[in-house]
Amino acid sequence: MSDATVPNTGALAAPSPRLGGFRLLARLKSFGLALIVPLLLLLGWHLAVKAGMTRLIPSPGEVAEYMVDFAVGGIWDDAFSATLLQHLVASASRVYGGFALAALVAVPLGLLIGRVKLVSQLLDPFIQLMRPIPVTAWLPLSMILFGLGPKSAFFLVFLGAFYPILLNTVFGVKSVEPRLFEAASMLGCRGNAQFFKVVLPASLPSIFTGLRLGLGLAWFVIVVGEMTGVPQGLGAVIMDGRTLSRTELVICGMIVIGIAGFLSDRLVVLLMNRLLRWSPLHHG
Amino acid sequence: MAELPILDVQGVGKTYAFNDTRIEALRDANLTVRKGEFVCLIGASGCGKSTLLRIVAGFEPPTVGTALMWGKPIQGPAPDRGMVFQDYGLFPWLTVRENIGFGPASRGRPKSELKETVERFVALVGLSRFADAYPHQLSGGMKQRVAIARVLANDAEIVLMDEPFGALDAMTRERLQDELLELWQRTGLTVLFVTHSIEEAIFLADRVVVMEPGPGRIACEHRITLPRPRDVASPEFNAVRRELSARLHSHHAKKAA
Repeated sequence: MSDATVPNTGALAAPSPRLGGFRLLARLKSFGLALIVPLLLLLGWHLAVKAGMTRLIPSPGEVAEYMVDFAVGGIWDDAFSATLLQHLVASASRVYGGFALAALVAVPLGLLIGRVKLVSQLLDPFIQLMRPIPVTAWLPLSMILFGLGPKSAFFLVFLGAFYPILLNTVFGVKSVEPRLFEAASMLGCRGNAQFFKVVLPASLPSIFTGLRLGLGLAWFVIVVGEMTGVPQGLGAVIMDGRTLSRTELVICGMIVIGIAGFLSDRLVVLLMNRLLRWSPLHHG
Repeated sequence: MAELPILDVQGVGKTYAFNDTRIEALRDANLTVRKGEFVCLIGASGCGKSTLLRIVAGFEPPTVGTALMWGKPIQGPAPDRGMVFQDYGLFPWLTVRENIGFGPASRGRPKSELKETVERFVALVGLSRFADAYPHQLSGGMKQRVAIARVLANDAEIVLMDEPFGALDAMTRERLQDELLELWQRTGLTVLFVTHSIEEAIFLADRVVVMEPGPGRIACEHRITLPRPRDVASPEFNAVRRELSARLHSHHAKKAA
């Protein structure tokens, strides 16, 4: 056989330098467009504070000044100066620890639930029953079970990340095209070998969707988790800021969580695009 | 003849049960295929041609009767019967090379032999330039070449093809028909090919098995004796086409085309 058929394979063509220039311009444009709404919001905030609409909220400028002090110190030199890094590290270690544990338990469990009927019958109803309970509702119980402190935060993060990872993994396994099992078995890959050669790679896109959602929720839950009387962490900073009526501290904590959550999502997306470069849906 | 046929289908029937309704998809099918033969199954939808192919593939057990390969009952799918699906069934996460190597790798072939086999079959279907591409980057015709190479690389003795060119455009379909015939003549394969195109059946087959619906069954067989390569525009070809067409039309006036 020969391959005179002209393939329509844009993905295979090497990008020309001219095209590269266009791509840079397009990137700058989309970056600029993405900035418009946040900048307008900042401007509105600034004007509202200037006009004296509220005394309780500091202006963006003041928050920026405080952020610098929070990060490197040297301006106010109070209890929170130059502590950003240690709070960030404390929170991130709980977020990633809880998330990693959730992924470690939820992915294998999801693969089993999706593939083994007995496991599904055993666990699925229970999980469906537990799932609607908000993570925040677990707070009092987790304080009793794990005491006041980081363990409790860790547990809540685990719980928050667990369900989306589990459910998406189960969904991924259940939606593997039956055709692929037929193809594998007629090629001599049967039984348990199909688990690693078909089920796992085929459900990887869904598993990644679950991981992204789970990590997002982990950052979401951390504030609640760190309300349980831990001395360090961004959630603790926000709680302290509230108690001390230091709104600029609250806003700084919010901004740092936002950026940290965004960056860790980018990290997962980067890994995902690398592992799923075979999938036409994962090229962005 | 005492020679054992590669494939022997004896009184095979298949009935599906959906809740309380029972649907008879195939009744009393008898078919013998000898090694090296190119046999086409043709008929309108619902005639049981895909069911018969899936039973031979081992994807479904027959409700009654037996399907034998080299005299032994077929039990489940196996590499000696390679299947080519209309929707390709390639593994989207594997490159062309890895898809073709999937079978030999699953069967634990040594690395050096595997590499040699893969390169040979990548070249055989003319995809050397696209060996590292993923299926979504290929055209339909290229995907189907990968699917064919994948079963050949896995030492399939008989290739089962379920309307393999049905989703391709006319030009690509003709190309692949030519390429398939060339492969078949060169390698001494046995092919069981399902189609609903009379022209495709006559162009490819040594023997055309006509099937009818309601319930699905084998109606008759036609041996095609036209010399190869066959010219679809020749009067002889058209005579066969008319004959076969009339046979199909006599049972379901509107469907055969």
